[in-house]
Amino acid sequence: MTINELQDQVIDDFSAFDEWFDRYAMLIELGNQLPPIDDSQRVEQNLIQGCQSRVWLDAHVDEATGHVIFEGDSDAVIVKGILSLLIQVLSDHAPAEIAEADLYFIERIGLKEHLSPTRSNGLLAMVRQMKLYGLIFNK
Amino acid sequence: MDIQTHIAELRQDFPILESQVYKHPLVYLDNAATTQKPWCVIRKIEEGYRHQNANVHRGVHFLSQMATEAHEEARKTVASFLNAHSPREIIFTRGTTEAINLVAFSYGEAFVKAGDEIVVSEMEHHSNIVPWQMLCQRKGAVLRVIPFNDKGELDLQAFSNLLNDHTKLVAVAHVSNTLGTVNPVAEIIRQAHRAGVPVLVDGAQAVPHRAIDVQALDADFYVFSGHKIYGPTGVGVLYGKENWLEQMPPYQGGGGIFSTVSFEHTTYNELPYKFEAGTPDFIGTTALAEAIRYVEGIGMASIHAYESGLMRYATEQLMQIEGMRIFGQAADKESVISMQVGTIHPYDMGTLLDKLGIALRTGHHCAEPVMRHYGIESTLRASFALYNTYEEVDALVAGIRKVRTLFE
Repeated sequence: MTINELQDQVIDDFSAFDEWFDRYAMLIELGNQLPPIDDSQRVEQNLIQGCQSRVWLDAHVDEATGHVIFEGDSDAVIVKGILSLLIQVLSDHAPAEIAEADLYFIERIGLKEHLSPTRSNGLLAMVRQMKLYGLIFNK
Repeated sequence: MDIQTHIAELRQDFPILESQVYKHPLVYLDNAATTQKPWCVIRKIEEGYRHQNANVHRGVHFLSQMATEAHEEARKTVASFLNAHSPREIIFTRGTTEAINLVAFSYGEAFVKAGDEIVVSEMEHHSNIVPWQMLCQRKGAVLRVIPFNDKGELDLQAFSNLLNDHTKLVAVAHVSNTLGTVNPVAEIIRQAHRAGVPVLVDGAQAVPHRAIDVQALDADFYVFSGHKIYGPTGVGVLYGKENWLEQMPPYQGGGGIFSTVSFEHTTYNELPYKFEAGTPDFIGTTALAEAIRYVEGIGMASIHAYESGLMRYATEQLMQIEGMRIFGQAADKESVISMQVGTIHPYDMGTLLDKLGIALRTGHHCAEPVMRHYGIESTLRASFALYNTYEEVDALVAGIRKVRTLFE
């Protein structure tokens, strides 16, 4: 599936929820389901700066497909849920696609407030970092 | 005034408290970060710009004189509020942070040299650590730290052992912004003075909650922020004993701080102007004075009594929540409760309480050494003001319980 198809799927999944409570319950569930990362990935250089919670993001290129694979973790479950969505949408795509992706799903599922730089939950920093990996691996 | 019986009226003084947040009535419990403003302060700012706006200390004209008078009246109000010996000892700054930086620079220039020691405590806000670290770096001095115990009380024995011939200044919070501990500053000052060492007290979290008497405390420097005591942002106060201020060089250069200026030589102006370079926020200072009149009208003793009751109630109620951990259990404590609920990350808890209209602070509260003491990354912090109610405490407790269900 393309990045946009995956985004549409996320929007579809969240469209069932009118209430913020349910949306966050979903994020918490996604956060709890995100596979744990290896201790070797839980290192300073994978930490994303500017977050109130700690967020680790690791990326590597799958040699067979040339796609970027993202893995990550956070000590705050909501942040982990958001990270899980980003991984779901962006992981396993070509570097150029990731670098150029327009992530409209965040606003559409009612998480726009988390994009504000003042929230300091690192969503903005996570997105920036993932796209940066796209750019770097594209070269 | 008995706040409990007048709480509904008092809340009407603060227009923002009528706000709805995500369709819930706002429950504002982030008062240690900043307080809301009463109408009288908001109107004072408007009045200032409408009727009294002209640069102070500069003009011969009517408006300038009126503005100057209001600004200097504000200085007298602050002086009397702190029971300072003279308004000359009141320096207006942008806030607590600038006031501390001013002392760190100016006192440091005059009195600190290589090998000297500055003492702070383990529970300080970063703004009462970093300026001293910078001073130490500049001068080759050493920063020493008073530790606190797990209840959040300073170790006075350790403090007394830290004092020696090299100690040049002690800088300590009156009330911890993270733990709520009320530090025994009078005793700290007594001990420091016995060793001939002056003391700066960071009163940012104390001034809104209790009457302060700088002469009774015998504090050498006492600093606070206007916006934490229902006044405007961008105005703060440095109280300094005249004897110290006279010996300190100016902090910043600019208009107003010199009596004569030539390219060869300048002569410093007298106190307090020597430390107030450039145009001061004279609208802000008059609005701060209005805020002080407002709390004095209610009575600092009444505010203290009401908030203490509210804190006790909140602590009791919060402790009944399963998995509740409160950081800071000092015998003398006020205004803030720092907590963690089970394994729920404070950021998650804060985000979800926000959805219920409850405003709290999450994070390390610019006091990372405190977090390190307890081996944690962050806490959820509720902090109270005179307008908070018992019902709001109940809303907080119910909110935390509701959020917990999401994590079960």
